[in-house]
Amino acid sequence: MNSVVALPRATPVLDRLQRWLPKLVLAPSMVVILVGFYAYIGWTLVLSFTSSSFVPNYTFVGLAQYWRLWDNDRWWVASKNLVIFGGLFIGISLVVGVLLAVLLDQRIRREGFIRTVYLYPMALSMIVTGTAWKWLLNPGMGLDKLLRDWGWTGFTFDWLINQDRVIYCVVIAAVWQASGFIMAMFLAGLRGVDGSIIRAAQVDGASLPTIYLKIVLPSLRPVFFSAFMILAHIAIKSFDLVMAMTAGGPGYASDLPAVFMYSFTFSRGQMGMGSASAMLMLGAILAILVPYLYSELRGKRHD
Amino acid sequence: MNAITRLATAVSLASLFPLAASAADDKGTIEVTHWWTSPGENAAMEVLRNQVKADGYTWKDNAVAGGGGSTAMTVLKSRVVAGNPPGAAQIKGPDIQEWAKAGYLIPDNGLDDVAKENNWDTLLYPTAAKIVQYGNHYVAVPFNIHRVNWLWINPEAFKKAGIAKPPTSLEELYDAAAKLQQAGITPIALGGQPWQDSTLFESVVLAVMGPEGYHKSFVDLDQATLTGQKMADAFAALKKLAGYMDPNRSGKDWNLTTADVINGKAGMQPMGDWAKSEWTAAKKVAGKDYLCVPFPGTAGSYTYNVDSLAMFNVKNKGTLAAQRDVAKIALGTQFQTVFNQNKGSIPVRNDIDMSQFDSCAQASAKDFAEASKDGGAQPSMAHNMATNLPVQGAVFDVVTNFINDKNADPAKAAQQLGAAIKAAQ
Repeated sequence: MNSVVALPRATPVLDRLQRWLPKLVLAPSMVVILVGFYAYIGWTLVLSFTSSSFVPNYTFVGLAQYWRLWDNDRWWVASKNLVIFGGLFIGISLVVGVLLAVLLDQRIRREGFIRTVYLYPMALSMIVTGTAWKWLLNPGMGLDKLLRDWGWTGFTFDWLINQDRVIYCVVIAAVWQASGFIMAMFLAGLRGVDGSIIRAAQVDGASLPTIYLKIVLPSLRPVFFSAFMILAHIAIKSFDLVMAMTAGGPGYASDLPAVFMYSFTFSRGQMGMGSASAMLMLGAILAILVPYLYSELRGKRHD
Repeated sequence: MNAITRLATAVSLASLFPLAASAADDKGTIEVTHWWTSPGENAAMEVLRNQVKADGYTWKDNAVAGGGGSTAMTVLKSRVVAGNPPGAAQIKGPDIQEWAKAGYLIPDNGLDDVAKENNWDTLLYPTAAKIVQYGNHYVAVPFNIHRVNWLWINPEAFKKAGIAKPPTSLEELYDAAAKLQQAGITPIALGGQPWQDSTLFESVVLAVMGPEGYHKSFVDLDQATLTGQKMADAFAALKKLAGYMDPNRSGKDWNLTTADVINGKAGMQPMGDWAKSEWTAAKKVAGKDYLCVPFPGTAGSYTYNVDSLAMFNVKNKGTLAAQRDVAKIALGTQFQTVFNQNKGSIPVRNDIDMSQFDSCAQASAKDFAEASKDGGAQPSMAHNMATNLPVQGAVFDVVTNFINDKNADPAKAAQQLGAAIKAAQ
C-alpha cells in the first residue's frame, strides 16, 4: 500500500528528470561543439580580417589577407593540386571500390579473408601509408630500383621527384588506403539489395553486367552519396598523407590547402593569411555540403 | 613481504618526491621551452640544468622536438596566447625583436644588472649582443655562434677523384664536382628540404655578390639588388650546382646526407657547422678524416646563426630570480665551452680559451673575429637571422621551387624573388 501511495509523489521528480536527463547528458558535448567548433570558426573568420602575424592581433585590414592569398603562387599550386587530387582520388576510389565490391559479391570462396585484405589499409594511419609509399615510390630505393635491378634497365618511375607528377603519387597512396573502405560500404549495400529483384531480372534474361548497371547500382544511390561525402572531406582535409609522403615537396609542388594553411599559420608567422586560407577551405566544403544536405532534406519531405 | 606491501611502499615513497619538488619551489621555478634535443645538445643542456639546480632553483624542462623548432614555436605561441608563457624559450634573430615589440618579453631592468655584473657588454661579440637586445636592454641570452657558410669535405673521396685541393672559388667547385661525378661519387650532398636549398642558396649569393650584395639583398631587401643581374647569376650558379646532386634527394634530412659524405658515397656537403656533430658522433677527427673550408668564394665572409634563449615577462618573483640565474650560467665559461663543443659552434664570449676546441671551431672563431671588423659577418637568411619569418618563407618558396624545376629560368627567378619578398613585407 505504502509504495502505491509513494509513487504518485515521486513521479513529478522522475518526470522532470526524464525530461532533463537527455539534455543534461548532451550538454557537455553541445558545449564542446559550440565552443570548440563554431566559436573557433568565428575566431578564424575574425583573424582572417586582421593583420595577425605570429600571434593574433586585432588590427583590421579588411580583405587584404584574401588579396595576398590571391596573389600567392603557392596557394594556387595548392588549390590546383586539391582539384586534381580530390577529383582523381574520389573518382578512382569509387570505381575501384565498386568494382571490388561487385567482384566480391559473386559468392566466391574465402570471401571473408579477401575482404579483410582489401579493408586492411584503412586500419593504417595516413602517416604510415605516406611513409610506406614514399619508400616504395622513391626512385633510389623503391619499385624503380627493384625493377631495374631485376634487369628491366629501361624502367623509370620517378613521379615522386617530378614536380609535375608528384601529386599523382599522393593520389596512388590515398586510393590504396581508401578504396577498401569504399568496397566495404558498397558490399554492405549490395547485400541489402533484394535478391528477388535480381532473380526476376535473370528470369527476364538480363545479363549480369546489365543487372548491375541498370538495377543494382542505381538502387545504391544513397551509398554513392555517403561514399562521396566521406571521400570529399578526406580529400579536403588531407594533411598527414602529404606531410609524411612528400612534406609538400619537391619544392612546394605537392602542397594541398591544408598543408599551406598549417605552414603559413604556424611556422611562417602569417596567421592572418593562414586564417584566410582556412576560411576558403571551409567555403569549399560548404559548397559541397550545402547542396547535398539540401537535396537530402528535401528528399525526405517528399517521401 | 608480499607484492602488495611492496607496491604500497613504492607508492608511498614515490609520493614523497612531489613534496621534495615543491619544497624547492620556494626559491623559484623556471620552465624552459626549447628544441635542443639531440644527444649532444641534451648533454650540453644537462650542464646548464645541473648548475641551475645547484643554485637552488627548479628547472622544468619543456623540450619540444621536431620541425627544426617550428613545433616548439607552435607550442610556445599557443601557451603565450593562453596567457601562460614559460619562463624562457628558445627564440632567435629578428623574432626576438617581434616578441619584445609585442610586449611578451622580460621588462627592461630584468637582465640589465646581470649583464652589468658579468660584463656582457665587453665580453660578448657586439654582433651577438645586438641580436638579444631590444632598445638597448637585454631580453635574451645568446648561447653560441654557428657558421653557415661551411663546406664539409671527405678527403678520401677527393683523393679518389684526383682532386688536389679543396675548392676556393665557384669555378673550382664546379671542377671538383665534375671530377667527383666522373669517379662515380655524388659530388654535392644536400637534402631536398626548403631550408637546406636556401642554406646553399645564401652561400652562393654570398659568393657571387659578396657581403655587401648579400646585405642589400637579405637585410635591406633592396628590390634593385634582388631582381638584378647578379641575383640571376646566383640563381644560375645554384642551378648548376643542383645538377651535381643526388636526383632522389627530395625530402631527405640533412644528417642523412652528412652520413653519405662520411661513408664516402658523396664528396662534400654545404652546411652549417652543426653538421660537425655528425662527424664527431662517427668518431672522425677534424682536419684528418674530414675537412672544413669556407664555402668556395666566401672566404673572409661569415654567415652567422646565433641560438638564444629569450626570457618572458612573468609576474612571479621566484621565476624572475631563476631567469637571471639561467642567464648568468648560460654565459659562464664552463657552459659556453661544453655547450659549444657539443653543438659544433663557437662561444659568444670573446675570452674563451679556444685551444680545447677542434681545428674547425678554432678557424671559425678566428674568421668571425676578422669578419666582424669589416662587415664580412652577415646574418644567415636561411636560419631566420636576417629577416622576419614571412619574408624568409617567401625566399624559401622561390628558391625551392627554382631548384626543383628543371626548366626554371634564373632571370625570371630573380624577378619572382623580388615580387615574393615585396608581397610578404
